[in-house]
Amino acid sequence: MSSRFRASVLILAAGALTLTSCDREEHHSRAKPIGETVPAGASPPTIFPGNSTPPPLDARAALYDNNANAIGKGQQLFLQMNCVGCHSHGGGGMGPPLMDDEWRYGGRIDQIATTIAVGRPNGMPAWRDKLTDDQIWDLAAYVRSLSGLPSKDAASSRTEGMSAGTPQTLTPHGETYNSDAAQQ
Amino acid sequence: MSLRWSAKAAVLPLLLGACQVQHYQSDFGGAAVEDRQFLALFWIFIAVCAFMYALVIIFLLGGIIRMRRLDANVVETGRHHESHPLMRTTLIGWTVLIGVGLFALAVASFVTDRSMAKAAANERLSVTITGNQWWWDIKYNAADASKTLQTANELHLPVGVPTRILLDSNDVIHSFWVPSLAGKQDLIPGRENDITIVPRKTGIFRGQCAEFCGVQHAHMSLVVVVEPYADFIKWWDHQLQPAPQPTTPLTLAGYKYVTSGPCSACHNIGGTSANGQIGPDLTHLATRKSLAAGTIPMGEGNLYGWVEDAQSIKPGVNMPTVGLEPDQLHAVVAYLETLK
Repeated sequence: MSSRFRASVLILAAGALTLTSCDREEHHSRAKPIGETVPAGASPPTIFPGNSTPPPLDARAALYDNNANAIGKGQQLFLQMNCVGCHSHGGGGMGPPLMDDEWRYGGRIDQIATTIAVGRPNGMPAWRDKLTDDQIWDLAAYVRSLSGLPSKDAASSRTEGMSAGTPQTLTPHGETYNSDAAQQ
Repeated sequence: MSLRWSAKAAVLPLLLGACQVQHYQSDFGGAAVEDRQFLALFWIFIAVCAFMYALVIIFLLGGIIRMRRLDANVVETGRHHESHPLMRTTLIGWTVLIGVGLFALAVASFVTDRSMAKAAANERLSVTITGNQWWWDIKYNAADASKTLQTANELHLPVGVPTRILLDSNDVIHSFWVPSLAGKQDLIPGRENDITIVPRKTGIFRGQCAEFCGVQHAHMSLVVVVEPYADFIKWWDHQLQPAPQPTTPLTLAGYKYVTSGPCSACHNIGGTSANGQIGPDLTHLATRKSLAAGTIPMGEGNLYGWVEDAQSIKPGVNMPTVGLEPDQLHAVVAYLETLK
């Protein structure tokens, strides 16, 4: 065996070893079983006054926060469950914007999950009975990604559910809105 | 197990497959006009290509035998037409034959295309199929809005009626393929595709998504029922009815859970307050032949399995594991079974 051959075998082996370390995070298709004592949604005390110490972070946060799969599924649910109706795509409208750094009921993932689960005054409905815990936490992970809280590599640049609208290039002539024509 | 036994075991399914009389999913069934046309085109292509192939092989063998008989060391000049008076004619004939063969194939292909386009012009029934990961949303379009029917995963077609199927997708590219009836056509988000089918034979056929669309692509199949026109109209009228009211305490409990719980966020059941538009329509679920887009046959046991933990049957599917308690599960399944 020539030394050149040996060297190339070594390089190939090193390459193969490097590739095996390229695993993405694990996708869980159903939520991990949780203890029966944990109430639906998240830990109950989410708003805490003044100087009191915040409660410890919910253990499930590690599963969903910064998880690309959870963020992707949450994004799909955000459209499907019509969150867009009030919050727009994060910019807000009837509901408060989600892409700023202002959190009325806390911006930790377990706090957001609780907000989604139990609802909030002035219009936010409770989703506890309509979505599973897994879905609520997926949504919370996505909501956090709207304001850029998870790390950049977790938030996906592509969407989980693609847009099904007619592309601009396929819109027939005359159907596009023309502001000049509307004024006349 | 010895090698001979494993060989036998491998051959057995092939033999059984050959014994199938019903063309459940086969290009060779000819169950629709389109499939027959394709089949005719297929055999024309096979015949022309086989003829040309046989000619090439004959000439090749002839060449080998001839060269073996020549004992001199022949210098290859490449000017074969000069070597023998017959060779020139043969080469010209050969070139002409290739031209004629290709022309015949082009004409056959054109004629098939044309007659299929003609069938599309005679449309008498319009169906919209929307692909989703990983199921088919089926809508029967009618001029009368009250006759418009929404269902899922089971396509019913009247025999002999040209049906135009409009294809769309909600997420990624899928492909509509019912081999027994017609060729493939893609479902592309934001693009209007269509395919026209004129079924010739009644029967049940299987369709399959033919464009890789995600982890459960293999479990995205479609049941196609071709039936006489009268049966089809009867089916349509029945499917238009709202879901039957629950009558027993158990089904009533199931009804209450389904219409108020997480099921209603995604599924629609006509005549109830469950009006989600994300998952398959469940109004007449129990009349269908399969669950989860042809993944498992319809039945009580499979309903239990699917409702309790869909992820164990079709991992990655959008149907979440709700975690129903046993009494809720019994009630929900009992109610779903009444949706006939």
